[in-house]
Amino acid sequence: MSKIPHIKSVETRYLEERARLFQGLQSLDRRSFLKVSTGAAAAALAAGAANHFHSFLPVNVAYAAEGAALPGFSFAYISDSHLYIKKTNERFVRQLLRAVDDVNKLDPQPDFVFFGGDLAQLGRKEELDLGAQILRNIKAPVHMMVGEHDWFYDMGHHWNELFGPENYSFDHKGVHFVVLMSVHEKDFWTARGMDAAERMHTVAGLDNAMQSAFEVGGPTREWLKKDLDKVSKSTPLIVFSHSPLYKLYRPWNFWTDDAEDVQALLKPFDRVTVLHGHTHQVLANSIGNIQFQGMLSTAWPWPYAPQGMPALTVQMNRPNPFDSNDGLGDGQLTVHPDGMVDMLYNLWNRNPMQVKASYLSSGGKNDKPVMPTLASY
Amino acid sequence: MKNSVLFVLVLTATLAAKADDPTPAPGTKTVKLCDNKTTVQVSNDAPKTREEGQKISDELMAQWKETNPNSTWEQGEIEAHQVVTPADNSRLVGTGQSSTYGVVTQQTVEVWKNETYKTALYGSKVFHSGDELGSEIAVSCDMCHPRAANTHPETYPKFQPQLGRVAMLRDMINWCIEHPVRGKVLAADDPKMRAMEAYILAQRKGTPLDYGKR
Repeated sequence: MSKIPHIKSVETRYLEERARLFQGLQSLDRRSFLKVSTGAAAAALAAGAANHFHSFLPVNVAYAAEGAALPGFSFAYISDSHLYIKKTNERFVRQLLRAVDDVNKLDPQPDFVFFGGDLAQLGRKEELDLGAQILRNIKAPVHMMVGEHDWFYDMGHHWNELFGPENYSFDHKGVHFVVLMSVHEKDFWTARGMDAAERMHTVAGLDNAMQSAFEVGGPTREWLKKDLDKVSKSTPLIVFSHSPLYKLYRPWNFWTDDAEDVQALLKPFDRVTVLHGHTHQVLANSIGNIQFQGMLSTAWPWPYAPQGMPALTVQMNRPNPFDSNDGLGDGQLTVHPDGMVDMLYNLWNRNPMQVKASYLSSGGKNDKPVMPTLASY
Repeated sequence: MKNSVLFVLVLTATLAAKADDPTPAPGTKTVKLCDNKTTVQVSNDAPKTREEGQKISDELMAQWKETNPNSTWEQGEIEAHQVVTPADNSRLVGTGQSSTYGVVTQQTVEVWKNETYKTALYGSKVFHSGDELGSEIAVSCDMCHPRAANTHPETYPKFQPQLGRVAMLRDMINWCIEHPVRGKVLAADDPKMRAMEAYILAQRKGTPLDYGKR
């Protein structure tokens, strides 16, 4: 069948440009927009298109000038809610509800909301059901990730029933997203004769040394390799993992034991961002082409590890024990047209903090976030 | 009916008497453990040898362990939470004079260390358990302070504006028990409070004191 040339009317082109402009605006803050418009105006003038300046064309010129085809977009996250059943602890429930209100209030709405794992505290069916019920109130589509607190009571059985497979990938506006189960542990329970509740309780203690190190594991790495084989190396990649996909501090499992093997699979890609939960704090790192950003918790904040902190991490101020919601929050991510990902930490009861991709890619020289005055002891 | 009730009463009384002060069967005598509860019956004809003595004490200990299943909790606590060990005073063995023991022996040093360590271990147990803290919402200290991180005991006493006075470490422990943990506040000399102070200080071993630091 021969290809029929498709000719668009002036009106169609106008409406398409208009739609693209508003899509672009949604993903840009005011400062970036001004930068884009100024650049676009210059480009348009250079191309002798001054008479088009009143139209929506310049934004498209700007994208083309940066050599990128992505529209840019934003998404939000909520993470680590650690729910008990309502009767046991209503505070964690209220805190998760606060985060749900936060993302529902965003205007414009994010393209989707990502949940970063540890929905439940002790992996019980009732806890996961309660979490699912609360997250159903989110207006935007929700993507789920599993954490160790969701997993080690029934080894993921009920979580899988509620939310589907723990490893999956999807494409959104030119970005390839991968959600990875990174908190497998080697069997420490059988030899000790632990039952399911004891196993879960051991893993639930962050500083409990009886448990093993987190790992993605051979089968999941194999799955990841197959998934990434289909993706062009120039496609921006965003990977979600519950544990940080690098080695920070083993005693608290701020750690993935096979991190190097996973990083090797991500290395061939031009631009990779890893978002992780588990650490309950503002945390950033950069290894080669991979940028890492940690997510805040809605339940409680963790202190910074006494050793192994990445040089680029900007610490949030020490949480104030007199403010039960301090150091907690949620956040938004802006994916720029070139695939760079900026993190905005929405710290409750504090000023927000932004950690930009340009801060990480410049080795800490550009766009330095506000430094803390009350660092960890 | 009346008879059977009476029979039950008599039987209960007999059992209670037995548990309290067992009447030895004919030709035997009762040996009690130092807990003043656990007993075994030993034949009057049993040879008075070391082996026989060991057998009796083994039997007593086996019974005691059965009624005290959590007696090895220290081992579990050491493995799970790797509490920092106290200072080693071996250099003092064979020298000087200990006020209690005269000459310091290896055993003296061990006693010092074990007793101190046990207090910190008990503190770790309380610190990691919402139940021990009496939390109404299943929250324990380690949730925000893994291995007692960010408890900074070396900075107390210091003025705490939120409390409107100078706070000692124990005041902050109690604040956290009352508010984030929603448990029962402890008296300053409560064994749990003393043990938690011991644990928190143990984890910060080697950090210079800097009272008043923010």
